[in-house]
Amino acid sequence: MVFGLPILSTLIWLPILAGALIVFGGRDRPAFAKWFALLTSVVTFLVSLPLWFQFDTTTAAMQFVEKSPWIDQFNIHYHLGVDGLSMPLVLLTTFTQVLVIASAWDVIRERVEQYMGAFMIMQGMMIGVFTALDSILFYVFWEALLIPMFLIIGKWGGKDRVYATLKFFLYTFFGSVFMLVGFLYMYFQSGSFAILDFHIMPLGELAQILIFLAFLIAFAVKIPMVPVHTWLPDAHVQAPTAGSVVLAAIMLKMGGYGFVRFSLPITPDASMMLDWLVIALSLIAIFYIGLVAMMQKDMKKLVAYSSISHMGFVTLGMFLVYGIVANSGDAQGAALGMQGAMVQMISHGFISGAMFLMIGVLYDRMQTREISAYGGVVNTMPWFGFFAVLFAMANAGLPGTSGFVGEFMVILASFKANVWYGVVAASTLVIGAAYTLWMVKRVFFGPVANDQVGSLADLNRREFAIMATLAVAVIVLGVYPAPLIEVMDVSVANLLIQATTSKL
Amino acid sequence: MNFVIPSFTPAIPEIVLLTLTSLLLVADTIWSKRYEFATYYATQVILLIVGALIVTSFTTETVMTFDGSFVRDAFSDVLKLAIVVISLGMFLFSKEYLLQAKFYRGEYFTLGLFSILGMFVMVSAHNLITLYLGLEIMSLAIYTLVAMRKDHSAALEAALKYFVLGALATGMLLYGFSMLYGATGSIAFDDMAAVIATGQVDHVVLSFAVVFVVIGLAFKLGAVPFHMWVPDVYHGAPTAVTLFIGTAPKIAAFAIFYRLLAEALPGAVADWQPLLVILSVLSLIVGALVAIVQNNLKRLLAYSGIGHIGFLLLGLIAANPDGYASAMVYTLVYAFMALAAFGMITVLARTGHEFDRVDDFKGMNQRNPWLALMMLFVMFSMAGIPPFIGFYAKVVVIEEVVQAGFVWLAVLAVISAVISAFYYLRVVKVMYFDAPEDASKAEPVARHLTWAISVVAAALLVFGIFPSWVIDLGYHSL
Repeated sequence: MVFGLPILSTLIWLPILAGALIVFGGRDRPAFAKWFALLTSVVTFLVSLPLWFQFDTTTAAMQFVEKSPWIDQFNIHYHLGVDGLSMPLVLLTTFTQVLVIASAWDVIRERVEQYMGAFMIMQGMMIGVFTALDSILFYVFWEALLIPMFLIIGKWGGKDRVYATLKFFLYTFFGSVFMLVGFLYMYFQSGSFAILDFHIMPLGELAQILIFLAFLIAFAVKIPMVPVHTWLPDAHVQAPTAGSVVLAAIMLKMGGYGFVRFSLPITPDASMMLDWLVIALSLIAIFYIGLVAMMQKDMKKLVAYSSISHMGFVTLGMFLVYGIVANSGDAQGAALGMQGAMVQMISHGFISGAMFLMIGVLYDRMQTREISAYGGVVNTMPWFGFFAVLFAMANAGLPGTSGFVGEFMVILASFKANVWYGVVAASTLVIGAAYTLWMVKRVFFGPVANDQVGSLADLNRREFAIMATLAVAVIVLGVYPAPLIEVMDVSVANLLIQATTSKL
Repeated sequence: MNFVIPSFTPAIPEIVLLTLTSLLLVADTIWSKRYEFATYYATQVILLIVGALIVTSFTTETVMTFDGSFVRDAFSDVLKLAIVVISLGMFLFSKEYLLQAKFYRGEYFTLGLFSILGMFVMVSAHNLITLYLGLEIMSLAIYTLVAMRKDHSAALEAALKYFVLGALATGMLLYGFSMLYGATGSIAFDDMAAVIATGQVDHVVLSFAVVFVVIGLAFKLGAVPFHMWVPDVYHGAPTAVTLFIGTAPKIAAFAIFYRLLAEALPGAVADWQPLLVILSVLSLIVGALVAIVQNNLKRLLAYSGIGHIGFLLLGLIAANPDGYASAMVYTLVYAFMALAAFGMITVLARTGHEFDRVDDFKGMNQRNPWLALMMLFVMFSMAGIPPFIGFYAKVVVIEEVVQAGFVWLAVLAVISAVISAFYYLRVVKVMYFDAPEDASKAEPVARHLTWAISVVAAALLVFGIFPSWVIDLGYHSL
């Protein structure tokens, strides 16, 4: 409770109401729109902090629960709560939001109030996705999110923005409707839309497989996994910087979150039967998409592909469980992979956000994202060069940065499941380093490429603050990930029990 | 046999509506020269009176009168009230349009009221004759409305098409009715149901009767493959009339679907359920695909409406009270969304400029950001994206059809929803992402109309946040 208000509802509705206020009250008053958005996002972040400090790490049960009837006829509740799996993602959302608002400060000049309002409304909905405990409520937030993102990419995006945003919307919409049919079927079977009831309901083999596939389509599009990843490079390239940051740092995580909240606990037997499918797709993402990233000429596209590759670790870590249990008979032995996946999600939130913000900094100055247009940037922008190299190292998984922790845990776990999984997964240490560092070399080092680069100004104070905040986050999580792992420890253990207990 | 005077109380709203409309018909000829808008205001007052009569005498009991040919229950009261509310909005949006289009006439309102009377009778019909009577009152008034613009060839073409195909549909329906009478020996719905339940009916005759009845009803509702008139009539008719055809009559058509199939023919469910499955599947597919290539917004909405009919039929396919309730929710929500969508076109139309092309909406966000936002609400609601009420309407029908065991139909329905999302997004796209074609078209909309359309569109969001208000309306009145 914060000032007598339930904390999760405040986190959802405060940004949404503020966003509506900005849209309606901020016309022709861009300064108000910006300051009010910044103020609200800072307040929202502060309000979210008690989630971390008052969190009970000894239980896997839902905390900060709110429940009241919503649609009686169908036994649907307004039901919120967080556990160790979702709480860090909520904090990631509120943290990223402050940076996102700050990053657009001088850049967006057209319809500032609609831009800021859309981001604020989107933030509330994203928190709703991570905290909803009723599947219909979850679905409402999940889908409603598409509306502001559709407008953000389509209105403030690049040259082919309309194509990209339609593709984004239709891909994700297509993915999620099957999930809805799955929910409706489970309601028909269990008489409840509560996610926690879904966790304990028995399901036959065929039903599990169909529901698992429905979930897989929904979450695979969102993560995104090969072969439904093609919307992501388009959306990222066309989206404005802040849109890319939200997309990469938070929206992709919804897919991963969906697997741990829905697929593994609700359809454990189908997950076990089809784990090879997810693992195969993950390894393809890690290896093949990594190679694809290397060949990109556009920086944003490169980072977009690198995101897909890194998210491959998330799905790999989650579905290694069954292989490890089959080898060692110990469900807790699989905790390493699962925790690695969760850490990777948070870490990727920081790093991908930082990478897109970096590209945004360059793009604001030069209006191009072509790697070949740059060279020797470090000579004119030394501070920027410093951060860029740091984030690039984190993206490549250098020990001491957050990028290392998650990937390393997942790689270790994959060796436990199958040596070959481990070999392919570990290849990322080479490939990831190759595409990231090669880009850094071409953009930042060498002689100054042209006059434009020669006249670049270094980071201003606002940009410096954003970069420094992210740098601190990346290093702290890299050096001392224990608190994060502790927070999710009990929930992960509980999830592993659910995922390995047959429902047949 | 001695004659008993029937109770008139259940039919008071209809009687009042008929009396006042007849008076208005006379009064209009007298005062139309002197007081320009008297008929319009009188129409709204009549609707308010009728609405108040329904609300004050609202009953959850089933009352029959006129020898069992007329029924009043919660179902009929809710639907009539919805018809009244939608008609109020419809006349409100139309007035300005009629003035601009230079065919503001008193007959528009009196014919509209007569048509509403027909809908009332349809909603309360409890035997075949009453049902037919209501249908004809409604249809004849609408044919005339479509043809009212004598100088407009598209409107006349639409009227002719509507009339000929409507007559054909009525013929089918009557033929089906006569066979129903032949099979069951009765015209009252409950007697028919009872006779069929005994199992002593000629099944061949009954099956044929069901086929003809369903075809007739499908014509009226505009379900594929009996939809050909819908796009032409919606497109050709003046927008104010399209607004009329596309909203309230759908509610009445749903009502007779329910009365006939669920009340009179529950014993023949094995005959009509497969027919509805075919109609629904085809409507979903055609509605999703053909609308994509439309450049005229009225035509686009006509095809999208066909898709919505496909969804509505899903609830009827479930063939149980919850299924009918979900179809009722869908009908009410759809009629309301159609009111908002066609209402938007109506209030934006100007003299010589119908504002009914998709391209007319280009750059709307720059010219009139508020109305653009409202149109965005309507489009996303129609596409079934939460948090708008259109989403919940889709959820309830799909839920019922899943419960009835038609999971494949549910999957088909959601795929059609994804495909149709494309053309709704296209409207949003031209409003928000494209530059205006011609800035001079940016004429302000009258303040009261902006308010009215905003209330309707914003209601889609408010009901979306509190959907149980609408859902309970359907589930508690059946």
